[in-house]
Amino acid sequence: MSVTLGHYLTLGAVLFALSVTGIFLNRKNLIVLLMAIELMLLAVNMNFVAFSHYLGDIQGQVFVFFILTVAAAESAIGLAILVLLFRNRSSINVDELNTLKG
Amino acid sequence: MSQTLQASTLLAVPMAPLAGAVLAGVFGTQLGGNWLGRKLSHTFTILGVFIAFVLSALTLQSVVVDGARFNETLYTWMVVGGLKMEIGFLVDGLTAMMMCVVTFVSLMVHLYTIGYMEEDEGYNRFFGYISLFTFSMLMLVMSNNMLQLFFGWEAVGLVSYLLIGFWFNKPSAIFANMKAFLVNRVGDFGFILGIGLIAAYGGTLNYAEAFAKAGELGKLSFPGTDWMLVTVICICLFIGAMGKSAQFPLHVWLPDSMEGPTPISALIHAATMVTAGIFMVARMSPFYELSDTALNFVLVIGAITALFMGFLGIIQNDIKRVVAYSTLSQLGYMTVALGASAYSVAVFHLMTHAFFKALLFLGAGSVIMGMHHNQDIRWMGGVRKHMPITWITSLLGSLALIGTPFFSGFYSKDSIIEAVAESHLPGAGFAYLAVMAGVFVTAFYSFRMYFLVFHGKERYDQNPEAHHDGHGHDDHGHHGDHSPHESPWVVTVPLVLLAIPSVVIGYMTIDPMLFGAFFKDAIFVDAERHHVMKELGEAFHGPVAMAMHAFSTLPFWLALGGVVVSYYMYMINPAVPAAIKRAFQPVYTLLENKYYMDWINENILARAARGLGLGLWKGGDQAIIDGGLVNGSWKLVGWVSGIARHFQSGYLYHYALVMILGVFLLMTWFVWLNP
Repeated sequence: MSVTLGHYLTLGAVLFALSVTGIFLNRKNLIVLLMAIELMLLAVNMNFVAFSHYLGDIQGQVFVFFILTVAAAESAIGLAILVLLFRNRSSINVDELNTLKG
Repeated sequence: MSQTLQASTLLAVPMAPLAGAVLAGVFGTQLGGNWLGRKLSHTFTILGVFIAFVLSALTLQSVVVDGARFNETLYTWMVVGGLKMEIGFLVDGLTAMMMCVVTFVSLMVHLYTIGYMEEDEGYNRFFGYISLFTFSMLMLVMSNNMLQLFFGWEAVGLVSYLLIGFWFNKPSAIFANMKAFLVNRVGDFGFILGIGLIAAYGGTLNYAEAFAKAGELGKLSFPGTDWMLVTVICICLFIGAMGKSAQFPLHVWLPDSMEGPTPISALIHAATMVTAGIFMVARMSPFYELSDTALNFVLVIGAITALFMGFLGIIQNDIKRVVAYSTLSQLGYMTVALGASAYSVAVFHLMTHAFFKALLFLGAGSVIMGMHHNQDIRWMGGVRKHMPITWITSLLGSLALIGTPFFSGFYSKDSIIEAVAESHLPGAGFAYLAVMAGVFVTAFYSFRMYFLVFHGKERYDQNPEAHHDGHGHDDHGHHGDHSPHESPWVVTVPLVLLAIPSVVIGYMTIDPMLFGAFFKDAIFVDAERHHVMKELGEAFHGPVAMAMHAFSTLPFWLALGGVVVSYYMYMINPAVPAAIKRAFQPVYTLLENKYYMDWINENILARAARGLGLGLWKGGDQAIIDGGLVNGSWKLVGWVSGIARHFQSGYLYHYALVMILGVFLLMTWFVWLNP
């Protein structure tokens, strides 16, 4: 059995679904939320790479590098925010973070 | 003096009273710091009116002697889409005559006011108002376009309002002036509709231009109907005249206007302003001649007013109200003449009436002064001995009013009756009966008042309400005794000066005014369709012959009958009126309540209008606009946002879920549903 595009896309979808579920179900830790976002980006990357390979177009893989870079920067900022948040509120419990409420 | 008419001379005619009005009304009152004393105020205003009178007389002279005419626009106020709004003067026989009547009566009233208002606090204000009135009335009669006519029309209405409510501490005066204003609004609404129709279809407000298009307009019909456009225009204009000239059913304001000081009752509510409607219809004769329907309407309304208002004069006890109802009745006569296409007769009666009715009012005012401001004729009597000049002039005025041969009122009133007799309009039969019966009624109420006031026992010490009857406006000095005294010369001189034309003006002017060329360019009569004037002319053989002939005609005997009956009922056998009153109680009650016109106005029309207003206020304004639109919009926004804020939980994962669901939906739509 050879590995087809379908397998890769399924893997991407599974990863994406996992990350979405992670965002929804996670009520405790903000770090888990950030990890879920990273995972979501990786799922997208997986799709890019798979399509790039099967379509013979290198541009998709180039795009993956951009996304990785952005994801790294985003993680850095996200963790920095998290540190500040913990300093100010002594908690990173997601259930307590509802100050966006209008 | 040059014999042609100059624009600057004509301009000076209305401007001189205006200058007087501004001086007295602004600088003579608190408004301008009481600069001018009483003496200066009345000097300036009288000077202004005197200048206007002299210039008017000269204008009349050049119009009559040289046949001079003037029709020019002096100033263009604005031009709106080809419709020019201008100020200009048109001077012809009609205008020149009106100018002289207005300025002469106004001058007399100005003089008279010095005596009548002597003890009033608002002396300067009063002079300011009557001069302003003279200015407005002159603008009205001298106008060469309908806009200026409307300006004058509204301005005289305003001054009338101010003067009826001159004693503004008196609730009844305030009620009366509000009533006059509101009733006149009804008329003015029709008037401006008529002007608007002329402007819309004729494209001009200028008289000469509009009359040139009259034939063209006569062929049009009112959009959406088969009525003649001219009929609609004429009836609309006449509704304006009904308001201003107090024709049934818009007459209700005039008797109440007697709340104002007597000089203005003479000037405004008898001699000049109320005749503006008659003047206007005569001026618009080229339009009226095109529509028999409108003429018939005018005729019938005039006949109703002439007869039924006369009846009311019989039972009034207030001396001014008797004269007021007599004015209404005489205005009805003029309107009847207009309806019979005898415009020149109407204007002729307007002129004679202006003199003798101003005389009667001023005479009544003189009596009121002499009676220490008692106006009830039941408590007068025997005044003849104490006030000889007032007595003789009032007698002359009354004789003129009832149409005694050789007096001015005879010529005009008899011509009206003849004109109606010759008219072939469908309403002419009724109108003839009405004016004929009106002659008897006029003679009866006039001489009832005359006998009660000037003859008989002196009853002025029997007045149960004397001196504390609510007339507390300007307490005329109580000179210890209660017997009347003759008025000062400023009061009697105008009486004498007005008595002269009241007697002779008809005799002098009937020939040129009715049958000559005096109104040649001013009044248009379609001689083929309306031959009344032609037949009158054929029957006319000079004023003396007319007066001699009158002794064998019905109106004379009716008038004489009226005088004799009133003499019998009020001098010989005073028990008769009371017996009649008992016998005809329902009729008396009807007259007492003035045909319930006030009741209808107050309880039906005004109540309906108030109900409509209340409905619009509560339902339209408060419920729909305030409740629905204004408050409703913020309530709706509040309700929507109240729902929307439930989505704003503040939890990140809720937002993320919504975002993802949104992406999912959009993608579903793009991929599967969107071709």
